[in-house]
Amino acid sequence: MDLNFSEADLAFREEVRGFLRDEYPADIREKMTRGVRLERDDFVRWQQTLHARGWAAPNWPVEYGGTGWSATQKYIFTTELALANTPTIMPFGLSMVGPVIYTYGNEEQKARFLPDILASRAWWCQGYSEPGAGSDLASLKTRAERDGDHYVINGTKTWTTLGQFADWIFLLARTSTDVSRKQEGISFLLADMRTPGISIRPIITIDGEHEVNEVHFENVRVPVDNLVGEEGRGWTYGKVLLQHERAGIAAVARSKFRLETLKRLAADAPAGGTPLMDDPVFRRKVAAVEIELLALEFTDLRTLAAVATGGAPGPESSILKIKGTEVQQAIDELYVEAAGCYAFVFTPELFTSLDIPDDSRIGPPWAADTAPHYFNGRKVSIYGGTNEIQKNIIAKAVLGL
Amino acid sequence: MDFSLNEDQALLKDSLERFIQGSYDFDARRAHLASDRGYSRETYAEFAELGWTAVPFSETDGGLDGGPIELMVMMEQFGRGLVIEPYLASIVLAGAALRHAADDAAKARWLPGLIDGSLTGALALQEPHSRFELASVRTRAEREEDGWRLTGHKAVVLNARDADLVIVPARTRGRDEDRDGITLFALPAGTPGVTTRAYPTVDGMQAAEVILEDVALPANALIGIEDAGLGVLEAVAREALLALSAEAVGIMAVLVEKTVDYSKNRKQFGLPIGAFQALQHRMVEMFMEHEQTRSLLYMAAMKLAAGTADAERALSALKYQVGRAGRRIGQEAVQLHGGMGVTHELDVAHYFKRLTMIDLAFGNADHHLSRFAA
Repeated sequence: MDLNFSEADLAFREEVRGFLRDEYPADIREKMTRGVRLERDDFVRWQQTLHARGWAAPNWPVEYGGTGWSATQKYIFTTELALANTPTIMPFGLSMVGPVIYTYGNEEQKARFLPDILASRAWWCQGYSEPGAGSDLASLKTRAERDGDHYVINGTKTWTTLGQFADWIFLLARTSTDVSRKQEGISFLLADMRTPGISIRPIITIDGEHEVNEVHFENVRVPVDNLVGEEGRGWTYGKVLLQHERAGIAAVARSKFRLETLKRLAADAPAGGTPLMDDPVFRRKVAAVEIELLALEFTDLRTLAAVATGGAPGPESSILKIKGTEVQQAIDELYVEAAGCYAFVFTPELFTSLDIPDDSRIGPPWAADTAPHYFNGRKVSIYGGTNEIQKNIIAKAVLGL
Repeated sequence: MDFSLNEDQALLKDSLERFIQGSYDFDARRAHLASDRGYSRETYAEFAELGWTAVPFSETDGGLDGGPIELMVMMEQFGRGLVIEPYLASIVLAGAALRHAADDAAKARWLPGLIDGSLTGALALQEPHSRFELASVRTRAEREEDGWRLTGHKAVVLNARDADLVIVPARTRGRDEDRDGITLFALPAGTPGVTTRAYPTVDGMQAAEVILEDVALPANALIGIEDAGLGVLEAVAREALLALSAEAVGIMAVLVEKTVDYSKNRKQFGLPIGAFQALQHRMVEMFMEHEQTRSLLYMAAMKLAAGTADAERALSALKYQVGRAGRRIGQEAVQLHGGMGVTHELDVAHYFKRLTMIDLAFGNADHHLSRFAA
């Protein structure tokens, strides 16, 4: 057992730090620092910056544009990006549909879609959940019926994150109802969002933002060339995708950055005559979350090490989604608590542009966003398979119950 | 020992239940929330017509002589309806400060309007640095020949923009954190030197920063006894703690009901999700947390009504439980509603937000646990 980085790893870390110092666009950096909302273009520009360096898809095989890094290098890269407070990399193309296409797609599909995903020229969104199919995803009802060289799609997808920005959607649809198990007869399809018959309705979230959508399909004709893999095998492919989604889901580095930032802010937050961080009760709460996060970090590292030495991720990987989201939510709560009375302030319009000076905000410039962030953050224990479903998986697959 | 309401209290409860469940429509609330004022003046006028704004005041002052039990009965229903009209700011806070401290002239000037609903009030309890300490007052009031001159910053003052009267605690003596030397002043709307920066709150209320720059007030703006304002604020805070806790209990009851209902109707894996034991036990926990909070609410209301020496401690026990149980019930209600629980469309999200923020008002769970332990 050894915790130290090699000389080569340390050199790699310097390389990443140098890249972030020189290439992380200053305006996006400022938006992140000041909590200003990112726009579509900001995400795209950041991902294209990474792509220009060849670092857009560390988890992809080298032949499709991956980096060929070791597990330690990936860990260093993720950590440094989080410590530099860079934007989240949108997972829909790079972490979700990309791996499905390079694993199960045909050569034509790989050539057609992967370069645009890698270069962030196409924005993808996910068509999995339906109003009646959430935790029980396999009960989905969206139909794709074969008509000559096309599938005709009818149905409704929901919780489509940032679908309003998307050029393409990947979806699970039922191509056969004559099946013995509901997991059968589902196919994995790709659809251009401009196809006639696709309409999109915003769903406003608890924090008042437009982040998710409902996507309706009414007689949407999709070429059969857009079927990935075999018809009826979509459930298998979709599960693979969910495993890729799990990579990095613990968000350890980001949580560490947020917790360290919180300590700094709380050291300046007044509570009567003394700083809040000097309040022993608050300190203990921060410490308790920090310990949980340390444990999570090493659970995450154990998983990485197992994969790096050629093994399959062990049972510890199932813990990542649950504990990772619990820690994120605990940190969200600490921010609200630290903001005190200024957590009440609801002024999202003051967080929309770099042109709005921080001193036009009410209270400490970071405070007014803490409660909306906490409210919205309740989603993380719901999406990507609720934490209850994750526990079912551990009970069944790990404990053999 | 008697946990039942007397006849008048039961009538009051009926009156509120009928109105909240019959007329206080969630869609209308949403429309009012989005309006410039942020609530409905018409609805507030109905509160007054029904006599609710008169309840806590003495008959001499034109009120109905209600006490903590009546306050609890009303606020629980306001919680159930997620009421956004400024009853708390106007009646429970500003009204109580006048009730406890004002002389006859000040009462005559302000109370009839507060009681008939034609005026609303606010109480500027917090400052940017004060957190949960009522005595932490840096706003200064300097005595002048014919009155006072106030300078300072009051933070997150509920209903401040709309209020006809803001009651402002200011330091007339001593240092920033001293218990002595705080004096209350009546600040009528439109007083020169006052800047109000208004904004909605995350839980559907309206608040403002109130900046006072060399604000001149006449001698008779002083409310109560010079330098002895903290006792008044503490008396108001006791009632506010009870009121907010009752509101929270109303919200908890709704969240438990709605979550249980939803779990009976939402089907996944061919069964209502309420059929899964893992979820059943969690709803049982929500149910028990709500009942335990209700028990402390009744205890604290009765002690406050009886004026017993341990009422303060009972209120801290209650507010701790409200914070702790509210967090659990709110988070579980959202989680069990799945994605729907984090949408603006569903009322559950709005109940969760208000319940969350009640913890941060008048001292959070940790603050009151420390007070109880002290």
